[in-house]
Order: sequence, then C-alpha cells, then structure tokens
Amino acid sequence: MSSTHANPTSFAFTEANMKLVEKAIKKYPEGRQMSAVKSLLDLAQRQMGAQTGSIWLPRAAMDKVAEILGVAPMRVYEVATFYTMFNLQPVGKYHLQVCTTTPCWLRGSDDIVRACKAASGVKNFGETSEDGVFTLKEVECLGACVNAPILQVNDDYYEDMDAARVEALLNDLRAGKPLPPAGSLGGRQSSAPASGQTSLVSAPGSAE
Amino acid sequence: MLKDTDRIYQNLYGQKDWKLAAARARGDWENTADIIARGRDALIEEMKASGMRGRGGAGFPTGMKWSFMPKQSDGRPSYLVINADESEPGTCKDRDIMRNEPHKLIEGALIASFAMGANKAFIYIRGEYYNEALVLQAAIDEAYEAGLLGKNAAGAGWDFDLVLQRGAGAYICGEESAMLESLEGKKGMPRMKPPFPAAMGLYGCPTTVNNVETIAGVPTIMRRGAAWFAGLGRPKNAGTKIFCISGHVNNPCNVEEELGIPLRELIEKHAGGVRGGWDNLQAIIPGGASSPVLNKAMCDTQLMDFDSLAAVKSMMGSGAIIVMDKSVDVVKAIWRLSKFFKHESCGQCTPCREGTGWMMRQMDRIVQNRASLADIQLLEQVTTQVAGHTICAFGEAASWPIQGMMRAFRPEVEARAIDYHASNQARAAE
Repeated sequence: MSSTHANPTSFAFTEANMKLVEKAIKKYPEGRQMSAVKSLLDLAQRQMGAQTGSIWLPRAAMDKVAEILGVAPMRVYEVATFYTMFNLQPVGKYHLQVCTTTPCWLRGSDDIVRACKAASGVKNFGETSEDGVFTLKEVECLGACVNAPILQVNDDYYEDMDAARVEALLNDLRAGKPLPPAGSLGGRQSSAPASGQTSLVSAPGSAE
Repeated sequence: MLKDTDRIYQNLYGQKDWKLAAARARGDWENTADIIARGRDALIEEMKASGMRGRGGAGFPTGMKWSFMPKQSDGRPSYLVINADESEPGTCKDRDIMRNEPHKLIEGALIASFAMGANKAFIYIRGEYYNEALVLQAAIDEAYEAGLLGKNAAGAGWDFDLVLQRGAGAYICGEESAMLESLEGKKGMPRMKPPFPAAMGLYGCPTTVNNVETIAGVPTIMRRGAAWFAGLGRPKNAGTKIFCISGHVNNPCNVEEELGIPLRELIEKHAGGVRGGWDNLQAIIPGGASSPVLNKAMCDTQLMDFDSLAAVKSMMGSGAIIVMDKSVDVVKAIWRLSKFFKHESCGQCTPCREGTGWMMRQMDRIVQNRASLADIQLLEQVTTQVAGHTICAFGEAASWPIQGMMRAFRPEVEARAIDYHASNQARAAE
C-alpha cells in the first residue's frame, strides 16, 4: 500500500465525531461506558476512511478509544481482534466482501468470486489491488440468503448477483462512478419472489 | 393458505413506507396505552395463551419465559434484550421486519418490557446490517419525537428507553449469553449457566432475551387476542412464521405462512417450486444451518412446525429453508457449513475450538473422495465428542448438520469411501 496508509502514531476524533462518541456513551448506564466500545471503534474506523480513503483501525485509534473509555488498552484490543468487521490492516477504497456460505454457494458464489478477482485484479482473498481501489475478502453468511448471491461493498449489500453484474459494478467503481443504491441488482422488490408477490395481494381494505 | 388479513407483516416486502405515519395507517401504535393498562400479569397470561414459541430457533414458549422475570425488583433494574443478530445461514427474516416494519418491533419492545417490568431495552443488531440499523434508528428517533418512547411512553404511564447497538461481525453473538457479553463491551464469549439471564443477565441484572420476530408479533397478538393467534397453525405450534426459502428454487423469497404448512406446498406456492420440478429435489435443510438435513423422501410429507420437524430429528430453527436440487454434492454443501462453524467458533471451549476443525477436515476428505470408512466413523465420533461438551449450544449446532447428513444420506456417503477403497486396491494390483 502507498504511504497514505502508513500506520499513524496518533489519532484524535474530529469535533463532530467527538459529539457522536459522547452520545454513544450516554446510551448506557453510569459506569457501563465500555458498552460503547464497538460504536467508538466503528466511528474511528469510519473517520480513518474519510481522512485517508481506507476504512481501517490503527493501533493509535484503539489506544484513543481506551483512553476515552478509561480502560486498559488490552480491553479494547481484545474486542477489536475478536470481531471481523474491524479492519486491523488498511483496505482499498472499496471493500468487497463475498459471501460463500452454503445458501450463496448454491446460487453461484463461486462465479461471483471469480468475477470479483477478474474485474478487481485481486488474486487472493485478503489482498488489495495494486491501484488501491479494491480489497477482496471472503465472508460468512451475510443474512440476505433469499437474495443470494450477495456481494457487500463497504456498507451496502448488492443482491441477486451474477458474474456480469459484478463486472459492470466493479468497472463503474474503478471508473470513479459512485456506488449504486444498495439492494437487488436484478430489480426485484426486496425479498419478494422475483415473479411477483404470492402473498399480500388481496384487495386493499381487507389487508390495510 | 393463510389469508392475507391474518398476516402480521403487511409490509413485509417494503411495498409501502416504513415510517410512523404509514405504520399507524397499518394499525401500529393504535391504543397502545390501553394494552398496557391491562397490567403485567394479564399481558403475560395473554402471551401464554397465544402459544407463541420463540422465533429465534429454540422455540421456547414466550409467555413462560417472560414469567421467569422477577415480579418485584430487589433494587436492580430489569432489561429486555432483543436478538437481531440474525446470522444463522439461510435466515434473513428479521432483516425484513427491521427495514420494512420497524414500528412493530418498537411497539412490541414497549409492551414486552412493560410486561417484564423493564424500563429499558436493547436491540442488538448484527453489524453487517448497516442500512437496516439506519432505518431502525430513524424509526426509534421518530418514536421518541412522537412521545411513543421515553418518559410516559405512548401515554401509558411507563417510562421506557430503547437503545440500538450494532454488533461487529461474530455469529456467536446470537447466542444469548454471548450477546450479553458483547453488549457489555467484551468479546462475545458465552457464559456458563446457571445463573440464567432472568436471574443475572445484562450488567448482572434480570434480563430476558427474545428474537425480533417474537417481539414484533406481540402488538398484533395483544390487539387481535391470543385466541386468534392460537387458532392458526397446529396444536402447540401456534401462529404464523416468516419462512426464508433459499437455494435451488425458482423464486427464492421470504413469506409469512401458518406453522404446520406442508414443506412442499410452501415451496410450490411461494417460491415457484424446486428448480427442475419436485422430482429434481435432493435435500432440504429446513431450519437454518444447524438443523439436520432432510432427504427427498422425508421432504415429501414434511410439515413445517417445531414438533413435526423434531419428530424427524431435525429442527424448525429460524424457519430458514435451504433447498438443494440433484446437481449438488450434498457433502460439499454440508462441508461448507462445517467451514462456517470452524470460522465462527469463539474458541472458548476446547472441544468446540478443536473439534470444529476436525469436523471440517474430515468432511474435506469425504468431499475429495479420499476418506475411508474409518474416517467417516471418526467424523461421527468427533461430532458426539463436541455436542454436549461445551458451554453453549454451538457445539451441537456444529455437530448436527453432519449427524443429519449421516442419517439422511449414509449410503451415498459410505459409497464414496467404498469407491475410494476399491480404487486403492486397483492401484495396488497394477
């Protein structure tokens, strides 16, 4: 990775984020501020994304979170390393997460993986493309199984994927286009049958 | 088929707005104060009479669970925790409730919390559901603004706060005691029981953990009455359930249906049937990854409810139906679940931490056609050494898919070992 993603030696929340930090801590009873640790780590990671273009969690950010919460840094490290959504290494601008668990696998996640590799230029899971645009990871069930296969890009789920849709999406992103609206790229209404609803079709009045 | 008017989730697919005004037009938040005025005991009795069983997977009677909470506080507050971690492979029903019917969940949280004497509830949503969390938080904010949450919530004379916490990627946090640890800001590692959460849960206080679908169903049950809910489904398996039909069907979908509906009817009516027709069916996992797989002969007559599935040594679980047609290597499909469980074991208990790796590697051998009969026996032995020897039910969850596979597909699995043996013999003879 380029030097923009060098490991920072210090980290401070922006003023706006500091307000969100305080709000997150206030949600919990007095003395239970540790409950906010995942929120704070998430905020720190997002701030890194906004500032450096890579959504990740350097150690300096974890230390800052520990300082704010008044706990030993180890308490924060063990949380940051336990949960998969904290990126302890820099990732590309677009973090591609392909679900390959059985429901997605049955609907062709192998094709999605192949298409992601081909279109992003990433050879193996966990790696970042040379231009720093894409990081590709294999993830476990994302919980959108009736819309399988799923490709998650940063915060958004792209559903009902196939190789052609992956290729078009990644090419657009590489060309600098913004992310399309999340959801089915096959154009169906959330989790309803693609051929049309089989329930909730009665005349309004009875159903409403 | 269930009448549309008997469906709890009228906006399951997000055909309409999720916001408060639209939710009110669908009947949410109507006379909530009157429901609460019936009193704690009446609400718990109503829940018991409805026959509602927990929709997260275990199917424990909800009213009874609520009744375990202390009637009088010993000074500690009580909490309701709503499990929105939805991570069981195949399951994506709570997602639809949270993004399309969030007010049913929020109103249910108020009513259930009142019934259990809790002034505060937490919803723990899986971290990957980022967009769903945005909708749910916006709905919570809306409810606060409208006076439906907070001091004297919904004008019912009960103070009630609702906090949404996002997870950060860990299947195990769907286990209730791991969820409590995670809510407290720790690693999501399950706790020993007893003490049970109703005695000592979140922050050491009495806590009940309920699934999203369980809580979101509460307001409708209270409005239409326990008898209405109990009149749907089958005896001891009352009510409606959102089923998630994924895999090799023509139209994968979520759909709310009556418990006890025949599996075949469910798939053919709503999911467009099995790809290539019912006769092209090979296997179905009926209730999420950990529920034992059924072969076609079992599927032909199977009813979808807790007791009917328990009778064939499987589970209704979360109602997630994963369909496999004849093109699939079932062993590989189950191997992928073994890989999932190996990845998701929290590592606290040795039998699970090590055993899930053993199971995955033995499954790997069978997939690659290089397992002997002794390997298969060893695999079965490992499953029995993990299940029942761990702090939480993850050990069982990881073992059951393999045990189910051996029950439903033993001849097919063993044939691979015998072929392997024969090919070795042939090679030795050359």
